[in-house]
Amino acid sequence: MDAEPSVRVEDKLYYNRYLVDVGRPHVKVRAHTSPSPQLVALLKACPARCYELNDEGRVEVTVDGCIECGTCRVIAEPTGDIQWSYPRGGYGVLFKFG
Amino acid sequence: MIEERFDAIVVGAGMAGNAAALSMARQGIKVLQLERGEYPGSKNVQGAILYADMMEKLIPEFREEAPLERHLVEQRFWMMDDRSHVGMHYRSDDFNEERPNRYTIIRAQFDKWFSSKVREAGVTLLCETTVTELVRDERERIVGVRTDRRDGEIHADVVVLAEGVNGLLGTRAGLRARPTPDNVALAVKEMHFLPRETIEARFNLKGDEGVVIEAAGTISRGMTGMGFIYANKECISLGIGCLVADFQRTGLTPYGLLDQFKRHPSVLPLLAGSEVKEYSAHLIPEGGYKSIPQLYGEGWVVVGDAAQLNNAVHREGSNLAMTSGRIAADAIGLVKSRGEPMTATNLSLYKKMLDESFVIKDLKKYKDLPPLMHTHSQNFFLTYPQLISKAMQNFVRVDGTPKVEKENATLKSFVKARSWTGLFGDACRFARAWR
Repeated sequence: MDAEPSVRVEDKLYYNRYLVDVGRPHVKVRAHTSPSPQLVALLKACPARCYELNDEGRVEVTVDGCIECGTCRVIAEPTGDIQWSYPRGGYGVLFKFG
Repeated sequence: MIEERFDAIVVGAGMAGNAAALSMARQGIKVLQLERGEYPGSKNVQGAILYADMMEKLIPEFREEAPLERHLVEQRFWMMDDRSHVGMHYRSDDFNEERPNRYTIIRAQFDKWFSSKVREAGVTLLCETTVTELVRDERERIVGVRTDRRDGEIHADVVVLAEGVNGLLGTRAGLRARPTPDNVALAVKEMHFLPRETIEARFNLKGDEGVVIEAAGTISRGMTGMGFIYANKECISLGIGCLVADFQRTGLTPYGLLDQFKRHPSVLPLLAGSEVKEYSAHLIPEGGYKSIPQLYGEGWVVVGDAAQLNNAVHREGSNLAMTSGRIAADAIGLVKSRGEPMTATNLSLYKKMLDESFVIKDLKKYKDLPPLMHTHSQNFFLTYPQLISKAMQNFVRVDGTPKVEKENATLKSFVKARSWTGLFGDACRFARAWR
């Protein structure tokens, strides 16, 4: 029952509607040289896979597909690894069903 | 700053915020409601089940107007291992009544309707407005909110925080702690569309009858979690949630778990041929009674998920949200009718009234269950489901083994996995927490 690689989150996010606030991300990752365990956890725990490891081994966030659940805030805001807000009014994910 | 003066500001237009705004407006309180989504419901995520009793207390005639999906006539509990499930089903024609007790709903649609009733009652609603912080006066009392609109500071006598599970404003203002990984669950959900007749045939339903399936077991891979399958009119809501702390600890992905749940042999045939139209995620308060924060203060009250008011055992949240919103509104109305200020002392009436309601009584009853499930998740969500599945298979499979030997084998498997003291301890712990 272990076939995780077959799951493509991008395909799931494609069903959703978003209004992206270009140039004003509502979540930011603190600059770091090597990621903390909390940041590493976000690579797996984020349900929209917004967090990725870049070529330099640092964790980056791309909020375009964010579904605004708050999981990353619960894990990585206490350590100061990320800054978390809601998007500006009207921006972000727009659920048709919810 | 918006010059118009309001008696109350409600932050959020979910179940708790709408209930609070509606109930206050009906008492003649001038209410401004702020919602960050394009329309009420566009940011709200739930399974979702609506509990009629609590809705009736707000809008008695809701059945005639609200966008409801199906009234529930059947509840299924599934305890799952990788290839099987042991089920307990309760179905009753009693639920085919004139005023059904529970409905499946689609939140984005329902909330939009609910909000229309709130506005009809006289509430001013401002959408596409994110509240960024609470405003305090020189004596540290909450006197209003700051929004992301130009000149977006607004003042009122009282602020009702119905901001949802993340409770960002309350945390930023130091009114309560941020949710912790071990008291919130992350749930992910997909909406699977199928023709109406197909859903009715697969779930054994006629007309607007509905069914919900709550599933636990190896689908959460030893984490504290549950899956759910709700039949709507033309779609199936399917999802799974586990404690954030467990995701963090195991490194398992929420979407991986969801896909394994979908591919389970008991689930797959229900979804065959469906078209997925949305993927969502949401946090659910799971800490229960012990995680309820301070509920009121100088110029503010907190309601719904933001106050962690969720019954994790019965999977009830929206009714606790609605009820806490309504009770907060009633308390505020009483304070106002006496011509008294919205001080912490006066607003403590909200907590007093909430303590006497089913909301706090139910949460108190199960106060020890969340910690038990969280610390013994391997046993309750992995070991026991596997043992019980094996026991059932042993019971029903006919293979010429004498029944006495079968029973002994089943008993031995339990003792081997948990030992006599372990079994006895688990039973006692569970009974004590449930009591």
